[in-house]
Parts: sequence; C-alpha cells; structure tokens
Amino acid sequence: MFDFLADKLQTAFQSLTGKGLLTEADVDAALRELRLSLLEADVALPAIKHLLAGVRAKAVGQNVLKGVNPGQQVVKIVYDELAALLGDTGELTLNAAPPVVILLCGLQGSGKTTTAGKLAKWLAEKQRKKVFLASLDVYRPAAIEQLATVAGQVGVPVLESDSTDPIARTKQALKAAEKALSDILILDTAGRGDVDETLLAELAAIHKLSKPANTLLVADAQMGQAATTVANAFKQTVPLTGLILTRLDGDARGGAVLSMRHETGVPVAFVGLGEGLDKLEPFRADGIAGRILGQGDVVSLVEKVQSAVSEDEAASLQAKLMSGQGFDMNDIKKQIGMMRKMGGMGMLMDLMPGMGALKKQVDQSKLDPKVLARQVAVIDSMTAAERKNPTILNAKRRQRIALGAGVQVSDVNKIVKMHEQLNQVTKLLKKGGIKGLMGMLGQR
Amino acid sequence: MSLWSRVKSTVSETFSGKVAKSLGKTAGKVSEGIKAAVGIKAKLDAETREALEEVLLQADVGITAASKLLDNLQAAGLPEPLTADRLKAALAGLIEARLTPIAQPLEVGKAKPFVVLMAGVNGSGKTTTIGKLAAMWAAEGKRVIVAAADTFRAGAVAQLQVWAERAKVEIVQPAQEGSDPAGVAFQAVEKAVADEADIVLIDTAGRLASRKDLMDELAKIRRVVQKLIPDAPHAGLLVLDGTQGQATLAQVREFAPVAGITGLVVTKLDSSAKAGFLLALAVQEDGKPVHYVGVGEAADDLGAFDPAAFARGVVGLEG
Ligand SMILES: Nc1nc2c(ncn2[C@@H]2O[C@H](COP(=O)(O)OP(=O)(O)OP(=O)(O)O)[C@@H](O)[C@H]2O)c(=O)[nH]1
Ligand SMILES: Nc1nc2c(ncn2[C@@H]2O[C@H](COP(=O)(O)OP(=O)(O)OP(=O)(O)O)[C@@H](O)[C@H]2O)c(=O)[nH]1
Ligand SMILES: [Mg+2]
Ligand SMILES: [Mg+2]
Repeated sequence: MFDFLADKLQTAFQSLTGKGLLTEADVDAALRELRLSLLEADVALPAIKHLLAGVRAKAVGQNVLKGVNPGQQVVKIVYDELAALLGDTGELTLNAAPPVVILLCGLQGSGKTTTAGKLAKWLAEKQRKKVFLASLDVYRPAAIEQLATVAGQVGVPVLESDSTDPIARTKQALKAAEKALSDILILDTAGRGDVDETLLAELAAIHKLSKPANTLLVADAQMGQAATTVANAFKQTVPLTGLILTRLDGDARGGAVLSMRHETGVPVAFVGLGEGLDKLEPFRADGIAGRILGQGDVVSLVEKVQSAVSEDEAASLQAKLMSGQGFDMNDIKKQIGMMRKMGGMGMLMDLMPGMGALKKQVDQSKLDPKVLARQVAVIDSMTAAERKNPTILNAKRRQRIALGAGVQVSDVNKIVKMHEQLNQVTKLLKKGGIKGLMGMLGQR
Repeated sequence: MSLWSRVKSTVSETFSGKVAKSLGKTAGKVSEGIKAAVGIKAKLDAETREALEEVLLQADVGITAASKLLDNLQAAGLPEPLTADRLKAALAGLIEARLTPIAQPLEVGKAKPFVVLMAGVNGSGKTTTIGKLAAMWAAEGKRVIVAAADTFRAGAVAQLQVWAERAKVEIVQPAQEGSDPAGVAFQAVEKAVADEADIVLIDTAGRLASRKDLMDELAKIRRVVQKLIPDAPHAGLLVLDGTQGQATLAQVREFAPVAGITGLVVTKLDSSAKAGFLLALAVQEDGKPVHYVGVGEAADDLGAFDPAAFARGVVGLEG
C-alpha cells in the first residue's frame, strides 16, 4: 500500500517542482510523436498542421492531471480536438419538396453504387420513405445493371432507360421518381478523377439540373494524402453537403476523413462498414477520432483518471501534504476510494507504451478490489476520534475494529502502519525537503 | 490545379529564398575545402530537409521511407550550385535508382496455360485491369480465357462479360449467382488445358484483409487450381489503388502469403495522387515488382511502370 501512497506523493512532488503544468517542451515532444502517428493514419499534412497548431495553443500551461503523464494528457487533448474537428454527424435534408434528390459523387471505385443501395435501404426501412434509384453511369461496364441488381435486393424501383446520355437520364430520373410519387430520388453517378475536367463539368451539369438537397462525396477510408486535393476538386465542382466514408470495416486508420472534413467544411453523414446493404451507420466522431489517433487506451485512461479524481479531492489532499499537517484515516479512505474508482487501471497500463515505470509503482496486487474494500471496512469500523487521531489505536481498540470489520487484527495493523509511513514521508518532506522525500522513495 | 502546383508555391518560396542562399554558401565552402577526402557534402539544413520531407509526405511516401531517402540524399552529396530544381532532380535520381529494379513488366512464362490470379481490396481495379491485360495479350495473338470468379458483387460477372467482349476473349462464368468462386476458377483452368489456351486470368471479388473468411476463400481458389496444375497460379497480381495511402503497405503484407502475390499493378494514376507508397514498399518491404500502372478506364490505359517519370512526379518535377 505504501507504493501507491508514494506514487501519489510523487505526483504532488511533481507539482512542487513545477511539473504540474504542461510546458512547451512537454507539448512539443508529444506533438512530434502524434504527427508521426497521424501521418501513418493517412491524415493529410494541411489537416495535421491545422490540428496540431490548435492543440499546442490549448495545451501549453494546462494542469497535468494526477495519475497521467504530460504526454498522455496531450494525447487526450489531441483526441478531443480531433473529435471536435470531425464534428457532428451530418444530417440528410429530407423535408424539401418531393422527390428530394440525393446526389452521390466521388472517385472511381469509392463505393457510390453500393452506398446508393445502402442509403435506399436505410431510408426505406428506418425513415419509412419511398425511394427511387437511378444510375447516371454510362461509362463503367455494367454499372447500370449493378444498380438495378442492388435496387432489386432492397426492393425499390430503379430508372429503366436505354439512354447513354447522363443528362438525359437525369431528366428521365426526375420524371420517373415524380411519377412514382417517390419521396426521395438517389442519383448514382459514374466515378470520376479529380483532374478529369470533362467529367467534373458533367457532374456540375447534373447538379444544376437535378438541384439536389443533398450532395454527398463518397470516399474510401483508405485514401491517402490526395484526399485533400480530391475533396477540393469536388467542392469546387458542386456544393457538397456531406461526406460518406466507406470501407471502415477494414484495418485502415481512416485519416482521410479528417483531411476531407478539413478541406470541405461539410460534416460526415455516414460510414460504410461492409459490402452488405445493411452495413451503413451514421457517423460518430469519437470512435473515428480514437481510430485515427491509434491511442484509444491512453485516451480512456485519461478519461478514467479525470472522472475518478475530482479536482477538489486531489487539491485538498495535496494542500494537506504541503502544509505538513499530517494525514488522518479519513484522508486514507479518500485515497482508497480513488483507487477503487480507477478500477482496472493496472490492466490498461499493460496496453500502454511508456507506462512501465508507473506500472511498477502501482503493484497490481495492491489494487485488488477485495483488498481495497477490506481496508475501507477497517476504517469504517473506527470511531470518529480514532479516525481523526490514529495514534490512540491501542491493541484493544484494534481488536474491536477487526471484529467490527470482520477482518484479522493484522489487517488493521497494516492500515495503521500505512498511516504512520505516510506521515513520516510528510514530515521528511517538510523537514528535509525534496531530498528527504526522494531518499525515502528510493528505499522502497 | 494539381496538388503539386500548390505544394510548389510554398516549397519554392523556401527553396529560392533564404534556404537556397544559405545552402549555396555552405556548398561553396565545402567544395573548396576538404573535397578530396570526404567528397562533396553540404548539409541539408533543417528547414530545407523539412520542405523536402513534406513534398515526399504529400506524395504518400510515408515518414519512414521519406526519412531514409533524405538521409541518402545527404550522404550522396548535394548538387552545386544548389537550387530547388537541382535538389529535387537529385532526389528524383535516388528514387529512380531505388525503383528501377522493381520495374518489371509481367513475363508470361513457358507454362501453358499461364495462370494469373488477380487479388486486391474492394474497388481497386481488378476487373478493369483484367480487361486491359486480356485485350493486350489477345492483340499479341495469345489465346486468353478470363474467369469470373467474383460471384458475389452485384454486376461483377456482367462487368467482366463486357470486358471479355471488348478484348474478344472467352469467359468462364458461374452457373448462378453466389456459386463457389473456386469452382469457377477450376472450370476456367480446366477449359484452358483442354482448349490449349495460353493464358487464364482469374478475377476475384474485392476483399479487405480483415475478413478472415474471405481471405480463406482466396487461398481455396489457389488450392483448387493447383489440383489441375501444381505450380499454378504462375502469377499472383495484387492490384493497388493509386489514390490510397499507407494502408497499401498492410495490403501487400496480408495478401502476399494468402494469394501468392508475385507482383503489383497500381491503378488510377491518372489522378493527382502520386502513389508514393510504392517507394515505401521498395524501401521497407521486400520490394515486389511493379508490373503495370493503370492510367484510365479504357482498354489501352495500361502502361509499363516508368521509374523515371514516377520519380519526377513524386518530387514534383513536371514532365
Ligand atoms: N468492405 C467494404 N466494401 C465496400 C464498402 N462499400 C463498397 N464496397 C465495395 O467496394 C467495391 C466498389 O463499390 P462500388 O459501389 O461499385 O463503387 P463505385 O463508387 O460505384 O464504383 P464506380 O462506379 O466504378 O466509380 C465493391 O466491391 C463494393 O462491394 C464498404 O463499406 N466496405
Ligand atoms: N481513372 C481510372 N479508373 C480506373 C482505373 N482502373 C480502374 N478504374 C475504375 O475504378 C473503378 C473500379 O474498378 P474495378 O475494375 O471494378 O475494380 P475491382 O477491383 O474489380 O472492384 P471490386 O471487384 O468491386 O472489388 C471502375 O470505375 C473502373 O473504371 C485506372 O487506372 N484509372
Ligand atoms: Mg458505381
Ligand atoms: Mg471486380
């Protein structure tokens, strides 16, 4: 148990030496690592720079939470910023005059036709809408057939036309959807490259004619740095209203989504999680942020610590320590409570890089919830006077407490010993300053 | 507007401005001094190095390969007098040298039929590339059979049918939707043996390597083909989407053992993407040969991989 108290003291000690605030050096060191991680996740450079500049401004000078190191705290700040930049889930506009048009566009093979089918299913089943599908792809072999098959699988009507002119097909689609009294018309377009001026001009013409309430860029989660240029090319061509990210069912970190969100300023509406037509889900920023960062464990550790250690509790303990007043049993109970709230922290530490040192300090066995519960029971069996002034705990009192708590006397002795040691440390700190404390910690 | 023109405006500022000036000074000094013993070694200052690194990163080279290349550039000695274009040309030279050994068009071996298995993630361009290869080989007078072993995706068989018609080659297709892909591959190879065809191209469904069941399916296709011809498939081509980034590294690692990948095809290079991950593959992985690149959706939009042109594209030198 002494280990964990020593750990707590060290945290307080850190703040004495000015380590309690995130310094520029702390932040920059962490950001260098994070830049590499973001690059590996395929976030485009402009988006990385924007993100990290924002984080730097926010992080420097922040208070370091007890129980995490500065690097971990920066990870959490980046995560929060990343989730904020990814923003809210994009909503479809469905309440315009029917048929409400949804126009899908994107690079070749990004997943438009499949997504058209998924959206049709989602709208028909979850929103009870009458959906009409139409393919404007006259280039890719069997593209029209592909959408017809998909429409059949969903059970919604699809444009039947022999026209090989995308503009003519757009007109036919609008008419057919209106005639079928459809609420929604989904237009699937041919894939087009970001430097193909002819096809981009065609897309602009389709947009002009169909006046979609929703123009969605469908993009692959595995896209690289070109995501920025691609997003820009489509944004310049048509007024995008949202993004759809496909193939998140793979292992790709999906950094392209941040590049595109940053470049277009429009929200991500859905993510594709497989080839099946039911594999479409509304976007959730927090999940993707963790995935892009690749530090989900650190983030959950910091969150755990944040919720476990209320700032006030930590501050009052620290004040006591620094005043050299000495701790009583109530303080020890508070600390045990914190450890219990943090629960499986030991396990989390296993997963984390650079946590070896802290892990050693917090010996797993000492975190056994049963042991912690027993210790609380011991303190609860003490009288108020005993808790306030543990020095009065003679053998008789200890026996009574052991009986009340249903433990061995040796368990009571352990807590008393712990209290003594803690106050010894505090005295050392007061007298010998930092050196005295370090000497003691080193002996463990 | 290409990605490069935007990058260039920021980089050239750095290069033509103070960096080039300061570098010019350093280079001059060194060349007068200890040239004989050490060779010409000017230092890439931090700012120049960072600018070059960003050029590479924006081409999807990835940080590991980019750092290695810049180390090499430094070690090789910098050109004099130092200008942005010379620096980039030197870097392009290094990149070209790295890639030249892996630029190898696919050689159709003596085996008859020569069996080629196509694999890759969803939408990377497998079916289109098969259409292009079939057209190319058919035009050379080879007898080609394509196998529609993507029995899963809507319209996949119909798509390959169109390509088979364009290329004027035969197609073996599943009896019905959803039938066993390995069975289709088996039939195609069987037919090729009986008809004494030269080449069989097996199209497979796109799949992400995270799907163990689908990777097993790919392995099964191989095994079944080997029942007819023990050393088939004679080539396993992984089709990589040129607009993707670092995720391609994992694709190579994961597909290679399962699909018996012997070489790569990179598609969609008719976009602003630079496919710099090829460099990462060459530097960090075991450097599978790059057989072809796709530069469009038409039958003849397939070319040999040209390391010199590729290198100039990666560093942002036009032409
Ligand atoms: N694993 C996975 N595959 C997907 C997802 N979305 C689409 N696909 C697959 O990606 C491939 C291409 O999808 P399509 O819908 O044909 O793409 P497209 O954008 O219409 O392609 P073009 O019309 O040629 O530009 C197919 O194999 C789909 O099954 C997804 O979320 N996850
Ligand atoms: N611009 C361009 N488009 C390409 C190229 N190669 C393929 N495509 C397009 O990319 C899209 C997907 O190509 P497919 O050949 O269907 O890809 P796939 O790998 O067979 O897809 P799945 O079977 O669904 O996994 C189609 O629209 C093709 O026309 C290329 O080199 N350049
Ligand atoms: Mg399509
Ligand atoms: Mg295919």
